[in-house]
Amino acid sequence: MSLRSSLGKVKGLGSAKEGVHHWRLQRLTAIALIPLTLWFVVSLLSKVHADHATVVAWVSIPYVTVLLLALSIALFWHLMLGVQVVIEDYIHCTTKQIVAQLLLRAFAGLGALLAVVSILKISLGTH
Amino acid sequence: MAEFTLPKNSKIQPGKTVSAAAGAKRARKVVIYRWDPDTGENPRLDTFEIDLDKCGPMVLDAILYIKNELDPTVTLRRSCREGICGSCAMNIDGTNTLACTTATESIKGDVKIYPLPHMPVQKDLVPDLTHFFAQYASVQPWLKTDTAPPDRERLQSKDDRAKLDGLYECILCACCSTSCPSYWWNSDRYLGPAALLQAYRWLADSRDEATGERLDNLEDPFRLYRCHTIMNCARTCPKGLNPAKAIAEIKKMMVSRTL
Repeated sequence: MSLRSSLGKVKGLGSAKEGVHHWRLQRLTAIALIPLTLWFVVSLLSKVHADHATVVAWVSIPYVTVLLLALSIALFWHLMLGVQVVIEDYIHCTTKQIVAQLLLRAFAGLGALLAVVSILKISLGTH
Repeated sequence: MAEFTLPKNSKIQPGKTVSAAAGAKRARKVVIYRWDPDTGENPRLDTFEIDLDKCGPMVLDAILYIKNELDPTVTLRRSCREGICGSCAMNIDGTNTLACTTATESIKGDVKIYPLPHMPVQKDLVPDLTHFFAQYASVQPWLKTDTAPPDRERLQSKDDRAKLDGLYECILCACCSTSCPSYWWNSDRYLGPAALLQAYRWLADSRDEATGERLDNLEDPFRLYRCHTIMNCARTCPKGLNPAKAIAEIKKMMVSRTL
């Protein structure tokens, strides 16, 4: 039982002066992902019957490479920001919270790096 | 992790049935959540069969009829009986609302009455709102100025006054906050829709001079940003207000001061 006043409990450690940046990035990545995802899906559908060499050539077009890189980075970034909130919502044990947040960052960071390296490898023809 | 089942001492048992509807034309069952801290027993659901012709039209009238005529131990908060004090907020037919402004006839089937969800219960339909009101106090709900007080009223244009419409009507009944899943999981740190609507009421007031300070106080991943626009608050508000919109306006203010 705590004898601390209820207002003292609510005030706690004060406000973190943080959250705007996360909120804005989540929305910006969401907006960026709308055209990027549409473009990606439409492009893939139009290449359903294409052979391997055609797709590699397509990926190697500079603007396609850039858009694919942008899609990968925005996607993993948005994923990280979203899952971060879910973890904050439901995991209340500080240790588990920190471990989960670190694992999430490792997954999103490594996933994004893997996508970037794969796209560059195909695009720059070192596969 | 979140707990998904009630602890053993919170499991709700069937309770007693009191029938007072012999020969009634408009008989109705009212099922009320009961819990008495003094007995150490688990909560139970008592059923009262009543004649709606013997009491007033609202759910509060039905509960008061039960308290006066059938079981004086039924415990609830009530005061104004006209939707302005916010005391008789409870969960009726699955929705948080005011017992005094909900017509019993508007409910189909049994009238099921529980205390506001996910709050500590003091007794029967009385939740402990200490933390809720401390959160309200933490947004400092009063006019703050640095300019010396004028000799007369502080003037406000009609347009600026109109910005407070939809905010000043809040009666702090706690229906919205206790309907919010985000508040259920994180009410220790998330201020909840009611306190945030009240915070915005002062952010939107043209006479207030502490806007920046107020935003500083709210800029926090938990205090403000636990709102995920679930919208239960707006759906349940017995005064027809939209706390989710007020929260969105606060988020807009947060962004606009970084642009």
